[in-house]
Amino acid sequence: MKFLLTLLAFVAFSGAARAQLSIEITGAGAQRIPIAIASFPGEASLPAPISAIVRADLERSGLFRSIEVPRMVPTPTEASDVNFPEWRARLADALVLGSVLQRPDGRFEARFRLFDVVKQTPLGGIAYTLTAQQARATAHRIADFIYEKLTGERGVFSTRIAYVVKRGTRYELQIADADGAGEETALASFEPIISPAWSPDGRRLAYVSFENKKPVVYVHSLLDGKRHVAANFKGSNSAPAWSPDGNRLAVVLSREGGSQLYLMNADGSGVRRLAQSATIDTEPVFSPDGQSLYFTSDRGGSPQIYRMPANGGDAQRVTFEGTYNVSPRISADGKRLVYVARNNGRFQVATLDLTTRQTQVLTDSDRDESPSIAPNGRMVLFATVVGGRGILSAVSVDGRVRQRLSVSAADVREPAWGPFIK
Amino acid sequence: MRALLTALTIVTLAACSSTPTQEQAPAGVEDRPPTGAQQPGAQTQPVQPGGVRSVDLTTGQKPGASPLTDPGSILSKRSIYYDLDKFDIKDEYKGLVEAHARYLRDNRNAKMLIQGNTDERGSREYNLALGQRRAEGVKKMLILLGAQEPQVEAVSLGEEKPKAQGSSEEAWAQNRRSDILYAGEY
Repeated sequence: MKFLLTLLAFVAFSGAARAQLSIEITGAGAQRIPIAIASFPGEASLPAPISAIVRADLERSGLFRSIEVPRMVPTPTEASDVNFPEWRARLADALVLGSVLQRPDGRFEARFRLFDVVKQTPLGGIAYTLTAQQARATAHRIADFIYEKLTGERGVFSTRIAYVVKRGTRYELQIADADGAGEETALASFEPIISPAWSPDGRRLAYVSFENKKPVVYVHSLLDGKRHVAANFKGSNSAPAWSPDGNRLAVVLSREGGSQLYLMNADGSGVRRLAQSATIDTEPVFSPDGQSLYFTSDRGGSPQIYRMPANGGDAQRVTFEGTYNVSPRISADGKRLVYVARNNGRFQVATLDLTTRQTQVLTDSDRDESPSIAPNGRMVLFATVVGGRGILSAVSVDGRVRQRLSVSAADVREPAWGPFIK
Repeated sequence: MRALLTALTIVTLAACSSTPTQEQAPAGVEDRPPTGAQQPGAQTQPVQPGGVRSVDLTTGQKPGASPLTDPGSILSKRSIYYDLDKFDIKDEYKGLVEAHARYLRDNRNAKMLIQGNTDERGSREYNLALGQRRAEGVKKMLILLGAQEPQVEAVSLGEEKPKAQGSSEEAWAQNRRSDILYAGEY
């Protein structure tokens, strides 16, 4: 298994019930591409049905509508001659055909081909060699290929998400596929874990753990479970953010009094103060070009979002509407700010177009926290509370597509969407 | 045995009270030989020539109740509550903070951790900073009243360790709080 995570020695592993995130789609885009995805003959020998996962991935994006495929004999595969008028009559704009073969060495071959039904042309296809355990990952890659061919932007089905599950007194930092499946526990603790942040290469997480009865910043390598203290100074240590090159962390320390911004190497060395304010500065995040830091500060009397040069310097205020704008995140193209705004006592995910200065509230919930933008900029994952329970929710940056991800009998919070996998 | 180790820690910490801010686990027990002789506050008497030196931590201390935990003492009161988004110490808590400042002034070996807390609403990281500001407000007042900087560490638990569960005004008011803990209590 690619990401078999090692549990830490000090954590007693309990055979706790699996806690998979279940997803409920509560809204979709206005215009969805009708796509027919036939079952892949031979996929029943895999532990996860590839065609069904591809279908679910594409539907969840809100940009596709899956068309029911009737039972066909023989079931067509990527090698079949395609009867385009027949698929057009089923109102499909796109068609996916594929197959799975078991090889003598026990591994499998999955092949697929994508067709443009309207233009009656193939749009490409791929053959994968995989182990049975790689069925889900393969399906996500196929979904990414289809998504990119038909929408022109990169898919995020192969990316992973991190989040914290709180069940009773136990906190677990978990990693799962973007569809919530295949969850693994990176860290379990009886003390809170907050603010997970993915390194740009997706191999490490920085986060804040309270295992020493106070907030301390750790960097945790997912493959081997090794972790080190990045910041444990007198006072509180929190809010880690990776520089785009993965070499440095912006953090918030109170070692000199007050919550203030610092820059350090990822190993914890070379600590340097970035700004001086008599008020709270926190939640730093780098712009994608690494030149600026966005952060939350109440220097103007209420918490607002500011921007400053990443090496220190004068800060400019970015948000002006309302009296509580926090948790800035910046899209990969640097053009869109996503944050949490308080509107009439409701905390809601909002977006600010940095070019046009247009703001838009994206949700109608009232306890939104910790937004995290998908690496392709299409969706925002965030934590909220529904029925007194913490859940994750996702909304498209235009506010149209909505999903809920929840774990039964537990609180889920602090989501962080991982980077593209190379 | 545990109490003894804790007491020993206090003595060793006192010996290096100008330690720079190289923080490790707050309640860390140093593993060092009992060479208490050089340390102020630790009375030592050679018991047998050429052998063991005994360290007597009972000198100057009364057995039994500590004023810190005696319910009749104001020092047993450890919590300061705040209004929404506020961090100033309300008048009703000033006597409490003054008493703890006096204790720290009179007991230079004593060490304290102040944990700031907030209610659950809003950003976790901003709340962490808000709790830090509350804890530092208490620390500032303690130092103004004669406590020494190395005696007090102010940290924040933000909204992460609510004393009262639930999303009511009552629960939120309980959770906007600074707690005072002495070495050995955390």
